Amino acid sequence: MKHFLNTDDVTREDLESLLDLSDEFVEVLARPIPKVPALRGKTVAMLFFEASTRTRLSFERAAKALSADTMSFSPSTSSLSKGESLKDTALTIKAMGADALVVRHQSTGAQWRIADWTGLPVLNAGDGAHQHPTQALLDALTIRQHFGSLDGLRIAIVGDIRHSRVARSDISAFSTLGADLTLVAPSTLLPVDLEGWPVKVAGSIDDALDVDVVYLLRIQAERGGASVFPSLPEYVSRFGMTRERFGRLAENAIVMHPGPMNRGVEIAPEVADHPRARILEQVSNGVAVRMAILFRLLGGEVHDA
Amino acid sequence: MHEILITNGKLVTADGVIQKDIRIENGSVKEIGIDLKTSGETIDCGGSLVGPGFVDIHVHFREPGQEWKEDIGSGSAAAAAGGFTAVVVMPNTEPAVDAGHLARFVIDRGREEGLVEVVPAGAITMGREGKKLAHLDQLWAAGVRIFTDDGDSVEDAGLLRRAMEYLAEIGGLVAQHPEDRGLTRDGHMHEGSVSSRLGMAGIPAIGEEAVVARDLALARLTGVRYHVQHVSTAGAVELVGKAKAEGLAVTAEVTPHHLMLDHGEVERMNPDVKMYPPLRRPADVEAVRAGLVDGTIDVVATDHAPHAAHEKDVPFEEAPRGIIGLETSAAVVNTSVELGPVEFFQRMSVAPAHIAGLHEHGRWLEPGGLANLVVFDPSAAWKPEVFESRAENSPFIGRSLQGRVVATIYNGRVTYRDGKVHR
Repeated sequence: MKHFLNTDDVTREDLESLLDLSDEFVEVLARPIPKVPALRGKTVAMLFFEASTRTRLSFERAAKALSADTMSFSPSTSSLSKGESLKDTALTIKAMGADALVVRHQSTGAQWRIADWTGLPVLNAGDGAHQHPTQALLDALTIRQHFGSLDGLRIAIVGDIRHSRVARSDISAFSTLGADLTLVAPSTLLPVDLEGWPVKVAGSIDDALDVDVVYLLRIQAERGGASVFPSLPEYVSRFGMTRERFGRLAENAIVMHPGPMNRGVEIAPEVADHPRARILEQVSNGVAVRMAILFRLLGGEVHDA
Repeated sequence: MHEILITNGKLVTADGVIQKDIRIENGSVKEIGIDLKTSGETIDCGGSLVGPGFVDIHVHFREPGQEWKEDIGSGSAAAAAGGFTAVVVMPNTEPAVDAGHLARFVIDRGREEGLVEVVPAGAITMGREGKKLAHLDQLWAAGVRIFTDDGDSVEDAGLLRRAMEYLAEIGGLVAQHPEDRGLTRDGHMHEGSVSSRLGMAGIPAIGEEAVVARDLALARLTGVRYHVQHVSTAGAVELVGKAKAEGLAVTAEVTPHHLMLDHGEVERMNPDVKMYPPLRRPADVEAVRAGLVDGTIDVVATDHAPHAAHEKDVPFEEAPRGIIGLETSAAVVNTSVELGPVEFFQRMSVAPAHIAGLHEHGRWLEPGGLANLVVFDPSAAWKPEVFESRAENSPFIGRSLQGRVVATIYNGRVTYRDGKVHR
């Protein structure tokens, strides 16, 4: 594996082996000194062209827990604001000695271009509304920790699927791992054409409560524009995970959310704080899966300094 | 006396293909016959087709204003290499060609280069801003026959109606780039299964079809000659077909790339497959092919749209729209569509010259006329690698194509032969 760009072409075997490796790093992170020397001497550059808090911090934590050095970059203070092209920025960072690039970009496929231009291993930390593959890994790990396996699990993904890179990555990873998927969204927030997608579709969350996992997506007012549904209360009435709906879930079912949450919109505050909401576990697992993928891409040639 | 003898070719005429030699003398076709002789230059066609030079009624040469992408010199060389003897350049330059002196500038620059007849199209509205009418009278007087705000639709139906009424009276052609920005806004590729997988905002077919449907109603009202640029959807082909059946003076063009490629090409997110209209579904590719074969679509036009390498070397969504096409047009059409030689030259030469009102081009070859012709080998296999165009934003680089231009003769002079442009 040279890059980690999407979940579409990762095999079940590779996904499971990454999850197994992630389990080992979960154990490392629970140690009194949660750090291993695996990537000592390696430099991981964080190129976040789009604002991010959790993903960026999570990658930094993961790189440091593997003893790699990190460099980071923020678009507002960078030479991008002086008109430098993405290609020149990427080549400049490479020239400074980066061994791998973690990239988030608002444009679909930017990471593929950067991989071509630089030849360095590229980890996709989110491109447009396309893919966010490490999120899919941490979500799969969180589900596997609770249920042991995704095989045969029924998972409902609820909300703005059309504009969600999390949904796209989750759908291919979950389905590769054997889960049975239902998408729940108003038609304005569903992808226009679902030809070939391994999913069923429901028009209201009430039709999709008989599941093992309810995965709630953030309503992104900044992406879809304001006119994709009439009002937030109307959205909540058809798609919100209210207390009452939570009460109708099976006893062992869990609720997940990639964050940041809009409490009171897609998820009621009481549900967000419930032990069967696995949102903070997802965040913790994020560090472990990012360690796993960094190790997999860079760990082949550990320095013995 | 300058003479050229074209031997061993298959001459394509309105009635079919015949084995005849052609002798050109002082710019004109002097004689067509068997076993002709000359004291001058001889071009042995080796069995290739010989027909009227190709005519492209939709190209962008970027001059004046964006010469780093292309200029009338490099664009003319690309045209000659593609077998063209006349091209109609779009008015979306900087400034836009919205007045007589700008049209004359383009014509003069084309003559200066001397490789192909460069014919300006004029803007319909001042600055292509869609607010007030351009100097249609001046443009007409300068020789402009095709009017378009190409790059954008004329959205204001009232303004378009007035332009149509004015141009119907003088005989001008209204050519529309059909795009409803309210429907296509933010879109980067065809809205469908591939855009859904990639999470990219889509350009729906209805964004093209809604404008064509409205414009056909206005064409019916005003009686203007109306031309649909770069038809790309099955629905738009159907609308044009119905309008023709009704007897409206409607014509349509399709690009070579829409005849060969579909939206699956965008999976690799390479900006060299980004253009407007976008590559559509395979069913749309079938529909435009069928439309070109049955004549619903009259002509092939490349929408040759050069951009500098650095402008395309960015993520797909940030890249400008457009690809070059002049040097691969005939090959791509020949590879993608089953047309007989007569129909091939009809769509590539005769009909486009007729639409653009170019009397010295697109004429079946006969003694007397100016010698504007192309020698085309429909069985030659090749892969495009380098271009005469200043740009190289082509999705056909490295692709196997069939059919290659052997020589181009413009006003009786060889402008391209065996891989070289003759300036």
